[in-house]
Amino acid sequence: MVAARETVERIARTGVDQYRYGFETLIESDKAPKGLSEDTVRFISAKKSEPGWLLEWRLQAYRCWLTMTEPTWARVHYPNIDYQDIYYYAAPKPKKPLSSIDEIDPEILKTYEKLGIPLREVAILEGVEPAPGGEPSANRKIAIDAVFDSVSVATTFKAELKKAGVIFMPISEAIREYPDLVQKYLGTVVPVSDNFFARLNSAVFSDGSFVYVPPGVRCPMELSTYFRINERNTGQFERTLIIADKGSHVSYLEGCTAPQRDENQLHAAVVELVALDDAEIKYSTVQNWYPGNSEGKGGIYNFVTKRGDCRGKHSKISWTQVETGSAITWKYPSCILRGDNSRGEFYSIAISNGFQQVDSGTKMFHLGKNTSSRVISKGIAAGKSRNTYRGLVSANRNAVGARNHTVCDSLLIGDKCGAHTVPYVEAKNSSATFEHEATTSKISEDVLFYCIQRGMSQEEAVSLVVNGFIKEVLQKLPMEFAVEAQKLISISLEGSVG
Amino acid sequence: MPLLEVRNLHVCVEGREILHGLDLTVNAGKVHAIMGPNGSGKSTLSHVITGKPGYQITAGRLLFKGEDLLAMRPDQRAAKGLFLAFQYPVEIPGVTTMNFLRTALNAQRKARGQSGYSTPHFLKKARTAAKQLNIPQSMLKRGVNVGFSGGEKKRNEILQMALFEPDLCILDEIDSGLDIDALRIVADGINAMRSPDRSMIMITHYQRLLNYVVPDVVHVMSKGRVVKSGDKQLALELEASGYAQFEDAA
Repeated sequence: MVAARETVERIARTGVDQYRYGFETLIESDKAPKGLSEDTVRFISAKKSEPGWLLEWRLQAYRCWLTMTEPTWARVHYPNIDYQDIYYYAAPKPKKPLSSIDEIDPEILKTYEKLGIPLREVAILEGVEPAPGGEPSANRKIAIDAVFDSVSVATTFKAELKKAGVIFMPISEAIREYPDLVQKYLGTVVPVSDNFFARLNSAVFSDGSFVYVPPGVRCPMELSTYFRINERNTGQFERTLIIADKGSHVSYLEGCTAPQRDENQLHAAVVELVALDDAEIKYSTVQNWYPGNSEGKGGIYNFVTKRGDCRGKHSKISWTQVETGSAITWKYPSCILRGDNSRGEFYSIAISNGFQQVDSGTKMFHLGKNTSSRVISKGIAAGKSRNTYRGLVSANRNAVGARNHTVCDSLLIGDKCGAHTVPYVEAKNSSATFEHEATTSKISEDVLFYCIQRGMSQEEAVSLVVNGFIKEVLQKLPMEFAVEAQKLISISLEGSVG
Repeated sequence: MPLLEVRNLHVCVEGREILHGLDLTVNAGKVHAIMGPNGSGKSTLSHVITGKPGYQITAGRLLFKGEDLLAMRPDQRAAKGLFLAFQYPVEIPGVTTMNFLRTALNAQRKARGQSGYSTPHFLKKARTAAKQLNIPQSMLKRGVNVGFSGGEKKRNEILQMALFEPDLCILDEIDSGLDIDALRIVADGINAMRSPDRSMIMITHYQRLLNYVVPDVVHVMSKGRVVKSGDKQLALELEASGYAQFEDAA
């Protein structure tokens, strides 16, 4: 637990609970007029010089959205959102057209530097030791797409990826350069008529990442997108589309932060994954949006639709998420197990502190034969937070031999927080085997005292116990990010014990 | 100067007084045994000395190496050289014993202004100590006390004691739940740690442990006080006649 110790030390130096990413970048930006209308949709589409089919697609989504009301079934509470009081598009004003990374506004470069995200093509992330027997970190590379408010500001290692045949670029660029590929897959996993927030996203999405891995290719490096909300009163509506063609393999990670603000900001993203025959997609998230202050003021509303389609036989999609930020999280990364023998996985750590509300989980739809899925969810509630796991496992009539194993553990810290588990299990054929295990426990005074009697501080003791609790899931993250996530978790829980 | 000095200690739990003016002096290098019936306040004493929350100290003094223990947090007391072998060691899933030992040891060293042990140095130290207690390497890789037998848990307590090298070890019913072979291993581990600088307080119900770890001083506790002190003969007397004779004295 070296990372845990470092974190504790760093906290000791910097004082009490500080959201490390709460700063703001002062930069001029180009915004759409406030509010949402067909004109806003047209404005965004025009800004991006999009083809006619996409504008039509957006308008269709917008019209679908108008017919629907916000969902209320989640165990979260917030005042009504005024959708006319949000800017739907904000982009840093470029001083001139960019042709290389050196031309990016130095203020933005500085922002990413502060966040610890290398926009230059450096191979090593700081402080990372190679795993025993693993490749030395100097040879490990991570390609990064950095999305600042509504646009992508930089993508690294594009050329090297292209050599392998991998397309990794902002989705707005992909729409221009690979329109057929985008049109073929966009909206096929999360259609324009999907849920309320997904419809909104389809209408106004501005940027996000696009990945295509050609048949038989193992993507030579980790791909990663870093989302940053900077502008005030702005929603971020990114759209990510990842396609793993037959027999290919890709691992992708997204990270998120936002400045510290009193008002709530909306983040309604859509992520679509498509895995064809024998392909594998591993999608990891480290979500650290601003969670609001200790009185529950401010913070991001993270209302996100993520869905993967195991379209081909023997395909596999794996979601791993570490959720520590956001005032409210409403998020259910799902797998449609369409291909025979396909497999879906969901590994989650959701931590809530202060007044945070989390309603998160997964949906595993078993459609094909001999499909299998595995769910491990670790929820940790501290402070006055509410943490709900909501998960669906279903097998339709043709999903012969479907198998699911779900483990859902909750850990409570203190006595003012709450944890809930809401599993939905639907088996429509008799050969399905679904198992659900759930536990709820508290970090007991006895365990803490045991650690403290051995010389650990209160914070170290909590950190140690929590890291033990989530270890199984942490191990699923790419190594570099596991270290970072571990630090993040310790910071999130700072001050959770009175 | 005595290593530990307890004077007129009064302790309440939820408004009810458990210790009624307890006195105890432990000098460096001595092994004390505290015996007494259930509910006499033996475990409470061990918790109060080590600083477990939930106890109100309403009167009295607690000095360790001449310093006021009551002014120190429990982790500071540990770093000062105070160790409690728990009667019921807790389980910590997902945290390997090795990781736990290292985190704890380095926390103590840091509090004392010493540098942390390097990984190889620590591993060597831990493995050597484990070997002496007949603890297999595989146990060090398992979650702290998770799935350990009663004997393994107690051996794990002694392992920690050996690694941390405390000045005062309080052993709360270290003999409970041990078969005769396990008791011998644990007792050997304790005896190996006896030294002119290190003191021990063994809390036990039974004389049996004292055959293996022979105490310098034996105390009898009853109803929240030390009612009689003597040498090892006292323990043998108790074994023969029981605690009833002291009930009135208290």
